[in-house]
Amino acid sequence: MPPADDREAILSRVRGALAPLHERAALPDYTTEIAVMRSVIAGRDLAELLGERMKRVNGLALSDASALVAHLRAGKFLHGYCDPALWPVLAPHFGADFKVETEFDRTRVDDYAFGITRAAGAIAETGTIVLNDATTSRRLAALTPWVHVAVLERTKIFSDLPQAVAALGSDNNVIWCTGPSKTADVEGILIEGVHGPGQQIALLV
Amino acid sequence: MKFQQIDQFAAELKVDTRAAVYDGSKKGHEKRTKLLFDEFADPDALRRMAGDIKQHVIENLDTYLPAVEAKMKANGVQVHWAATAEAANEAVLKIMRARGATKMVKAKTMVSEETELAAFLEKHGIEALETDLGEFIVQIDGDHPSHIVKPIIHKNRREIARSFEREGLGDYNDDPQTITRRARNFLRHKYLAADVGLTGANFVSAESGRMVLVTNEGNSRFCLAATKCHIAMIGIEKIVPRDYDLALFLNLLARSGTAQEVTVYTEFISGPKSPAQPDGPEEMHVIFVDNGRTEVLASECRDILRCIRCGACLNVCPVYRQASGHAYRSVYPGPVGAVLSPLLMGDKFAQKADLPKASSLCGACNEVCPVNIPIPDLLLRLRNKAKEENVPSPGTPPMGAWALLASQPTVWRASLIGGKVMNYIPTKLIPVPALQAWANKRALPEWRGGEFRKWLKNRPKKTKP
Repeated sequence: MPPADDREAILSRVRGALAPLHERAALPDYTTEIAVMRSVIAGRDLAELLGERMKRVNGLALSDASALVAHLRAGKFLHGYCDPALWPVLAPHFGADFKVETEFDRTRVDDYAFGITRAAGAIAETGTIVLNDATTSRRLAALTPWVHVAVLERTKIFSDLPQAVAALGSDNNVIWCTGPSKTADVEGILIEGVHGPGQQIALLV
Repeated sequence: MKFQQIDQFAAELKVDTRAAVYDGSKKGHEKRTKLLFDEFADPDALRRMAGDIKQHVIENLDTYLPAVEAKMKANGVQVHWAATAEAANEAVLKIMRARGATKMVKAKTMVSEETELAAFLEKHGIEALETDLGEFIVQIDGDHPSHIVKPIIHKNRREIARSFEREGLGDYNDDPQTITRRARNFLRHKYLAADVGLTGANFVSAESGRMVLVTNEGNSRFCLAATKCHIAMIGIEKIVPRDYDLALFLNLLARSGTAQEVTVYTEFISGPKSPAQPDGPEEMHVIFVDNGRTEVLASECRDILRCIRCGACLNVCPVYRQASGHAYRSVYPGPVGAVLSPLLMGDKFAQKADLPKASSLCGACNEVCPVNIPIPDLLLRLRNKAKEENVPSPGTPPMGAWALLASQPTVWRASLIGGKVMNYIPTKLIPVPALQAWANKRALPEWRGGEFRKWLKNRPKKTKP
């Protein structure tokens, strides 16, 4: 059956199924406040809360570039990618022991131990980093290296999920990243770094 | 003739498997409860609201479906419709062929399990690789998922290690970390070599045409970062009215499914990649799949279409915990499966009419359901449907004799005394096949008929003050 016929078939069956209903359920009115962890957020500095909540999901929030460089060096993550727009600012903090590329070569994904890209925002209550197509220089660079560093402006931290949903905007692709990629498929044991990063870092600027 | 198939399956289940399923589901349930009740003042208010919203959607699908189609088209998405599983698979194949594509990477989607997409594509010479770790293991084993969210809850690390060894993914090693790293290293090059990434969708907003995908492993994101074409297979019931509603549903889904505040990756997709973005699909297709859903919509059990596939009802169900998912012989096991699976059979309903009977109607599934589906009520409606359609129910004793006893006090009293004889009859030897099937696995407790009546009669009466 060609797709056009399937469309009509499905829609007419839907209409037929609903025709006998005397009354249809109305869209209820509510406030998303019921789905906000208010006790977690109330009275808190958002940058500080974000750091705390990231830590709960094994993420890491850093507030200066030298701390980031020290972290990467300590983990021997010396070869990586950096968004070309960020590199001029970050380069002075990186030593000669680092090899940082500003072009990402997808044929060599295993070469990059870290990837530094820009974040579109963050969500404090859940410790989430928000990425979108407009600010992420390469989707692959934020996903395939073991360490992903999202450079985040402090003014762009939302307090809760409903706020972040309201700010989704017109970007075709927005992704919330909450801690490192993980699985518990094998006997329910938590393992980090499945297909995406094993370390999720926010660098607050 | 098969009697009480779920019971039989449970009785024959390997001890290891039962333990894995029991522990896994129990742990998931306990964490969920803590998370919901620690953080929200009134978690039940969330469940009721989400249920009301989804009920509104399914009762207005005739307007929501064309609306979401129009939005998606305006967003640059190509929209297809598939009335049946076959049509859905054919639609995928047609898109693949039009692009000359031969390799697909697949994220976990339950609707593609319904249509058995991967097997269909393999038959047509297309590599369709599951990328979710659990689904990948199910695929290499030629097995089926036994849980909606935790597909390999029934397997232990030793079985997985043997599968990896057999598939040439390294020497035997049953350390979960090693297993995961091996899958990581193997699959990342598969994503990069693939032509098409296929996903489902957890929610679709009618207002914006935005679809939402939630995962923890990052596999669906990898599909959408590495390939140039995105196909999403979506059940027609996945709609929510507005973007505004997403926060409520995301909060509930992550907590109910995996006891997380939010899943690691929550992706909002409204079209192909932005032009300036080097990675990701330039072409995006959505296939809206019916495959029996409109029949469910026409039935008295349409409430089940609210389901957001979190798996919380499986985790809490005493029958699921003992029997495991495969006992249900369906893509959807557990309480939700006991309702949905027979209905999705359409005119072959009778084949799975036993599923709604394997329940004590304890109501735990309804209590945990993030969209407040009255599953016990729906189970009763399906039992009634089976009765009305004269579906044979092998193994169910006729109730006529009991009715006769229970309606006549003197006969009843006599039978209570006579019942003591039961203690001396070896029930396994009674030549009724259904009774033997039951008694083989169980011992009847000692008959104590009449004790309650004796107590009631002789109890010291309270005197009114």
